[in-house]
Amino acid sequence: MSVRRDMLTSVIAVLACTLVLGLGYPLAVTAVSQLAFKDKANGERVNVSGRLAGSKLIGQAFTRQLVKAGKPQVDANGNPVTAPDPRYFQSRPSATVPPDNAAGSSFSNLGPNNKVTEQAIAANVQAYLQLERRYTPGLSAAGVPVDAADSSASGLDPDISQANARIQANRVAAVRRISRAAVLSEIAQHTDGRTLGVFGEPGVNVLELNLALNRMGEDA
Amino acid sequence: MTVGGSAQIVLFMVVLVAAAVPLGAYMARVYSGEPVLLSRVLGPVERGAYRLLRVDPGRTMDWKAWARAIVVFSLVGWLALYLVLRTQSLHPWASYGLSGGAKFKSAPWDVTFNTVSSFVTNTNWQYYAGESTLTYFSQMVGLTVQNFLSAAVGIVVAIALIRGIVGREGKSLGNFWQDLVRTILYVLAPLAGIGALVLVSQGVLQNIAHSLSVTGPTGLSQTIAQGPVASQEAIKLLGTNGGGFFNVNSAHPFENPNGFTNFFEMLLVLVIPAALVLTYGRLVGSRRQGYAIFATMSVLFLAGVVVAYAAEAHGSPAQHAAGLHTHVLAGSTGGNLEGKEQRFGIAGSALFDVVTTVTSCGAVNSALESFTGIGGAIPFANLSASEVIFGGVGTGLYSMLLFVLLAVFIGGLMVGRTPELLGKKIEAKEIKLVTLGLLMTPLSALAASALASADHDGRASISANAAATPQGFSETFYAYLSQANNNGSAFAGYTGYVNSVGNLGAHTSYRFADVLGGFTMLFARFAPIVFALAVAGALAGKRVSPAGLGTMRTDNATFVVLLIGVIILVGALTFFPALLLGPIVQGLTGHLY
Repeated sequence: MSVRRDMLTSVIAVLACTLVLGLGYPLAVTAVSQLAFKDKANGERVNVSGRLAGSKLIGQAFTRQLVKAGKPQVDANGNPVTAPDPRYFQSRPSATVPPDNAAGSSFSNLGPNNKVTEQAIAANVQAYLQLERRYTPGLSAAGVPVDAADSSASGLDPDISQANARIQANRVAAVRRISRAAVLSEIAQHTDGRTLGVFGEPGVNVLELNLALNRMGEDA
Repeated sequence: MTVGGSAQIVLFMVVLVAAAVPLGAYMARVYSGEPVLLSRVLGPVERGAYRLLRVDPGRTMDWKAWARAIVVFSLVGWLALYLVLRTQSLHPWASYGLSGGAKFKSAPWDVTFNTVSSFVTNTNWQYYAGESTLTYFSQMVGLTVQNFLSAAVGIVVAIALIRGIVGREGKSLGNFWQDLVRTILYVLAPLAGIGALVLVSQGVLQNIAHSLSVTGPTGLSQTIAQGPVASQEAIKLLGTNGGGFFNVNSAHPFENPNGFTNFFEMLLVLVIPAALVLTYGRLVGSRRQGYAIFATMSVLFLAGVVVAYAAEAHGSPAQHAAGLHTHVLAGSTGGNLEGKEQRFGIAGSALFDVVTTVTSCGAVNSALESFTGIGGAIPFANLSASEVIFGGVGTGLYSMLLFVLLAVFIGGLMVGRTPELLGKKIEAKEIKLVTLGLLMTPLSALAASALASADHDGRASISANAAATPQGFSETFYAYLSQANNNGSAFAGYTGYVNSVGNLGAHTSYRFADVLGGFTMLFARFAPIVFALAVAGALAGKRVSPAGLGTMRTDNATFVVLLIGVIILVGALTFFPALLLGPIVQGLTGHLY
């Protein structure tokens, strides 16, 4: 008898909670958010001349698909084969497939004491040196900031470190034929400091920085 | 380690205490039935809920009635969630969220069995990848509901145990349904609502929209997942649930966009477990009892934070072998940034993951699998202590109170007096129940890890990178330790059907991990609850004898030291051999496997 009573109460409770907490609560929060924080609630979308170019919060790959004999190249799995575009600041290494896949976030899950991890980090260091050493002579593995060699947690990190940005500034300034000082000043403008001066670490928002550099070109 | 990083940790403790003190007092009033600020608004709702549920809040229940109600209630919740998750193609918004307007299908029965068991037990282990496995409807109507309900069940069991300790009138532990309604109405729902809006104001997503298709400056296209994230994020943290809307949980910029949200989210995780300890002090009529437990938990918590932070700031052997320098540079965090986000850095990542593994939250903002050997040993240690360092909402307190009884018993043996807690004698029956209750979680963790390590199908879940290395054992052991503790964090290379990029694997042998994990969570949730309630029932009817000269005090520094010793001793004796095989061997050598 008591079990039946508990059963009845449980069924009513679960149904009521499903309506109130499962539909009422999230829909109410959605409604208030869409009214009060429309931009934030929709992921801080970034538009360039009326077209969606990304989200401020979500990292992107600033690479181009390689073209061979007029055909865009793809790998065995059908993912595009890409190379970094030297006009742009490059995001952190990403473990998603393809990199910076904002529909399927993923860790690298590389262990601290694994040879595979060493190889992955060494490959990132090599790629970084290959891109930057022409513009930053004398740069060696020891001078590569950790954020440029270690893959991010989400695979979607929108930020790079200030040290990383300063090294890449040499390349971007040279390729775009603008002064390094102008690039550094754009970096400073797109650096998010610690919130309230305490929380987190400073980071340079790569998408916003790159778009700002593109705008500079248009003004000139 | 930097000054800025350490300052964040100190500031966190200060703000945590400042938030826990008033909340602890508030909850003491709620569970004593005294009027609170919200009573005027919520009082009629509360009475309406009792009429709807056909319960008489005045009718008290003994421990067996409590256990029966909890089991039946959880079973009904389990069936409802299974039904929701298995009918995804029928859901509204079933084509929202996937790229190209594809429609969601349901995950296979074994993944669903694991996920449902995990949400009903407050574990939130992720063999699913939120953005690619679950519809918005499943996340809201399925997972969010159990985030509230499983958290509420944990809290009310702790309240029942407190009633047993202070009980003066027979076998009553109060009324389960009344406490459940009050927990949701007065504690979880208001805090979750406020928390969700604070998160949205900082950039956490909250919409019901199709995923975005964008074209970046180089012409590359990107599909960006959307969804009602903040409403789930708030209760996921507040109820120490931990199941992410996205695969990478709180590392995803849409779940945790900046340094402040990282701080705020950690606060949401710890505030109720910390406050409940102070609620305990007030309900037993001696706030010092609460402070003593709070001090015990704080010491163990901070020790873990310091070790994890120092280890991660030092960097990993793999980084050093690749030629990286890992010290702090101007404009670079240094340290082991593999699997960590730039905006949180080393301190914000180490602190977050210690916060979510001392509690049963299990959310992560960085990849535990990529933590250094010693840094990763801290989550192991937190789980080995059976999550009594603040612990899950309610579960942490009732497990800690079992440890308090054990410490009182051991202390009593040492001074040669009958052990007693708050004037109630602890006798053979109680101490047997306490011991059994404390052994259930370690027993299921070790048994499941051994089975999974020995079995061919179990080893199939180990990630290819870690096969036949200490890392592979760490993955396996952590998986079952986490599920047995109802934590839900993972060394996420360990796979159960849904692989790390969210595709459904074709490998049916992952079924072993799904099913074993599911049973581990269910057993390790409900067996300790039944024992905790039985202890409450045994204590409830006991006479209170006045404290004498020889009574061992349970509210002073000596007792705090004794309690810390007992927790470490039990955890170490149980888990040390297994820990040696995984994280410790990796922490002590720079060898690459």
